[in-house]
Amino acid sequence: MAQPLVKKDDDRDDEEYSPFLGIEKGAVLQEARVFNDPQLDPRRCSQVITKLLYLLNQGETFTKIEATEVFFAVTKLFQSRDIGLRRMVYLMIKELSPSADEVIIVTSSLMKDMTSKTDMYRANAIRVLCRITDGTLLTQIERYLKQAIVDKNPVVASAALVSGIHLLETTPEIVKRWSNEVQEAVQSRAALVQFHALALLHQIRQNDRLAVSKLVTSLTRGTVRSPLAQCLLIRYTTQVIREAATTQTGDRPFYDFLESCLRHKAEMVIFEAARAITELNGVTNRELTPAITVLQLFLSSSKPVLRFAAVRTLNKVAMTHPMAVTNCNIDMESLISDQNRSIATLAITTLLKTGNESSVDRLMKQITNFMSDIADEFKIVVVEAIRSLCLKFPLKYRSLMNFLSNILREEGGFEYKKAIVDSIVILIRDIPDAKENGLLHLCEFIEDCEFTYLSTQILHFLGTEGPKTSDPSKYIRYIYNRVHLENATVRAAAVSTLAKFGAMVDALKPRVFVLLRRCLYDGDDEVRDRATLYLNTVGSDGEVIETDKVVKDFLFGSLDIPLANIETSLKNYEPAEQPFDINSVPKEVKTQPLAEKKAPGKKPAGLGAPPSGPPSTVDAYEKLLSSIPEFSDFGKLFKSSAPVELTEAETEYAVNVVKHIFDRHVVFQYNCTNTIPEQLLENVTVIVDASEAEEFAEVASKPLRSLPYDSPGQIFGAFEKPEGVPAVGKFSNMLRFIVKEVDPTTGDVEDDGVEDEYQLEDLEVVAADYVMKVGVSNFRNAWESIGPDFERVDEYGLGPRESLAEAVSAVISLLGMQPCEGTEVVANNSRSHTCLLSGVFIGNVKVLVRLQFGIDGPKEVAMKLAVRSEDDNVSDMIHEIVASG
Amino acid sequence: MVKDTCPSIKNILLLDSEGKRVAVKYYSNDWPTNSAKEAFEKAVFTKTQKTNARTEAEIAMLEGNVIVYKFVQDLHFFVTGGEDENELILATVLQGFFDAVGLLLRGNVDKKEALENLDLILLCLDEIVDGGIILETDANVIAGKVASHSVDVGAPLSEQTISQALATAREHLTRSLLK
Repeated sequence: MAQPLVKKDDDRDDEEYSPFLGIEKGAVLQEARVFNDPQLDPRRCSQVITKLLYLLNQGETFTKIEATEVFFAVTKLFQSRDIGLRRMVYLMIKELSPSADEVIIVTSSLMKDMTSKTDMYRANAIRVLCRITDGTLLTQIERYLKQAIVDKNPVVASAALVSGIHLLETTPEIVKRWSNEVQEAVQSRAALVQFHALALLHQIRQNDRLAVSKLVTSLTRGTVRSPLAQCLLIRYTTQVIREAATTQTGDRPFYDFLESCLRHKAEMVIFEAARAITELNGVTNRELTPAITVLQLFLSSSKPVLRFAAVRTLNKVAMTHPMAVTNCNIDMESLISDQNRSIATLAITTLLKTGNESSVDRLMKQITNFMSDIADEFKIVVVEAIRSLCLKFPLKYRSLMNFLSNILREEGGFEYKKAIVDSIVILIRDIPDAKENGLLHLCEFIEDCEFTYLSTQILHFLGTEGPKTSDPSKYIRYIYNRVHLENATVRAAAVSTLAKFGAMVDALKPRVFVLLRRCLYDGDDEVRDRATLYLNTVGSDGEVIETDKVVKDFLFGSLDIPLANIETSLKNYEPAEQPFDINSVPKEVKTQPLAEKKAPGKKPAGLGAPPSGPPSTVDAYEKLLSSIPEFSDFGKLFKSSAPVELTEAETEYAVNVVKHIFDRHVVFQYNCTNTIPEQLLENVTVIVDASEAEEFAEVASKPLRSLPYDSPGQIFGAFEKPEGVPAVGKFSNMLRFIVKEVDPTTGDVEDDGVEDEYQLEDLEVVAADYVMKVGVSNFRNAWESIGPDFERVDEYGLGPRESLAEAVSAVISLLGMQPCEGTEVVANNSRSHTCLLSGVFIGNVKVLVRLQFGIDGPKEVAMKLAVRSEDDNVSDMIHEIVASG
Repeated sequence: MVKDTCPSIKNILLLDSEGKRVAVKYYSNDWPTNSAKEAFEKAVFTKTQKTNARTEAEIAMLEGNVIVYKFVQDLHFFVTGGEDENELILATVLQGFFDAVGLLLRGNVDKKEALENLDLILLCLDEIVDGGIILETDANVIAGKVASHSVDVGAPLSEQTISQALATAREHLTRSLLK
């Protein structure tokens, strides 16, 4: 009987031996027929199941028919009394995950096992049954499950509790009825039972803050036996702390409990507690100290897992509290040579965050040795850390820039090289001294760069920055070399860059033209086209004249339009008599969906395109408004606001309004929905009282003929206002209509109606409505190019605020402008913040705003507001918005 | 938020010295297809291959997951958890799995022995984690539960009775304590 699963071939002993060598699905399925034998051989059956499981584990799949056949055959094995075989049967059923109609076949067998005297049967039958069952069956077995939860045998209790955790997702209403039993199980003496019970109890109550708080209060005083349960308790406690912190002040509740867990005997609990403390909202240095101390001990542990856990946590702390981590610097430095490169990388980047100016050089020396033997993914992390270090200590740019250029010359993949180039670009942009040095490094890099993308991006950047340097001529050679040696894409980019030098630097013009003329014979269309375009626009027949500003703007000016918007407009454009008009492209940057803001605080990469958003709804509004004859002569739509609700949620009639701003008019678009099935509204108008809006005069309104149940309709009201002036005012609104009864079952409408009115909330036109969100790609450049002529600076006290972040977002929404360069995100716990905003004021006036915030002890926020624009009235207006807001 | 909930295991892998599957179990939907699973296994194997994880469990990050691992002979043990998972909990699960396999294979832990006793390895996985939730981490308890089930079958532990199996387990424990 004791035959091996597959006969071992004696001649080929050297080859790797596997009992499953040459195994084949068809043959095993044949073998599964032994399950039907009247005289079951348990051992043989077990072997066949193992083979089936092996196949599944290797990724083999059974067809529906095969799976059903195997399943039915396996159910026969419940006849055997053999414990081991039964165990394999359970496993097999779980792997096959039978369909609902098949489940019925095994239900009775499993229910019998669930009430068996053998603990192992009970525990496993519960797990299998709960895995494959649906809600209806669950009510039948609920009684047994409740008993199992408080079973003497911990394995049975755990099986029931864990199954409960899984079932809570599908049939919460049933599992919630078990809380008494679960509560009892929390007191169990068996460690794992306590862990599972606690997890289930918390999940049952997770939406009930008070209950969770009570649970935590009682358990933190009692004794929790299992380290895993203790970890859970720490997690729940931090949750309670987080929610309590918003309502209470003074001493942090439960901190003592967390601190006491730092002295627990299990390392996993110590670490969980230490990590929890470092992640507390607004954690103080005093609170941090004990946690940092235990993490520091872990750093010199012999176990890599402990070292990793500790250094990873300290790395996170270093972002917000670099000073608190400095004590660990010596331990951290010895980790640079750690065998585990993840640990070494984390140590280095932590050191880069906590290091001071004097330690930079020493650190760089250590890193240089280290860089050669780590993978690209780690190198990228280091490069990013070095970039932020350089921004922190601009005086050290020389050694850091050298380091970057050295690693740029070494071997590496695209992502890594891109990270380095991005970093150099950002340093050039932010540290003026580093500019020439950095540009030369980039020039050298493109001499031998295998990545087209990077070459073109660098060439573009050279074209922008190069002409502004003290000696632009020295870059020409590098650029022109590209025209000889590269592929068409890079050649075309090089031509554009050359032309930029020619246009910006008059002294270079003749020589650049000579080079451009040579490009006219290039083999590629695009390269030739570009050369021709530039020669004809920038240089008029070789004469050296100063290039016209208009031409410069046309060729090299930045496109003030979000790329996504122009893309949609071009796609919508149908070839017609009328040429495509770039002014018709909406400039509004739509707020980006939240998903894209996953990495808060991360600055957008240097070479990345200016922020662009998905196609806006402005298009839709514009189409809608231009289709209404009354509004057709209002001109181009400047801005449409987000909808403002004029009714409470869930009232009879839901109304919101969108404010459309034109140069001389304002149009209110009331979106109305009738939420009463028994009513039909006719002749619906909005009566607007503009007595508190003196500068506005009603010119037109467009009522709605009928408003049936649940199909939204729009009413419009148009007002005239002085041209180009950001007039503000308050409007009160009243909905007036004729109600007719409707029989909802038949849809019949009664003939007679009653006139009725419905008061809506007031609507305000504020100054922010006249500012459009328009981003700029490089705030510093834009700021400098507008110049200080109409700069207005003033300081404001914002009073006590919840947090700095809250104050920043309040001011942003008050001004209705576009945050630039990710400055709307406030780092956790920071005491000050600078936020950059840009926008366009009505009348097409560019506005830039620099906000500096500071917060002191009792949450008093102060703000310095600097505005630059092309018109001093507008600068004043922005201050007025803030002053009155 | 994941962190407020129960610690959870995304997968447990047992691969051979060439990165091929001996036994694997996935508990999360992060890798929906078999090819996604195989790609992940390959990435994990390649990343960890050259490290020395024979005396102490090692750790790495991959695709936003934390992976703890340990090697013995031609077998590579892995436990994967989410990015924010407590590393030491994952390590405890790994150690439980590793030691339980050692007990069940009676010290002869290599690929050949593991495949010959694949039923024990699969049962062992089944006893450690259920649907991502940790069931048991104590190697002696895990091995005890698995071994007691195969007692009657005449599988490799056939000569042993339950008490013998537990005695072996206990002996192992004392040995590991004395180390």
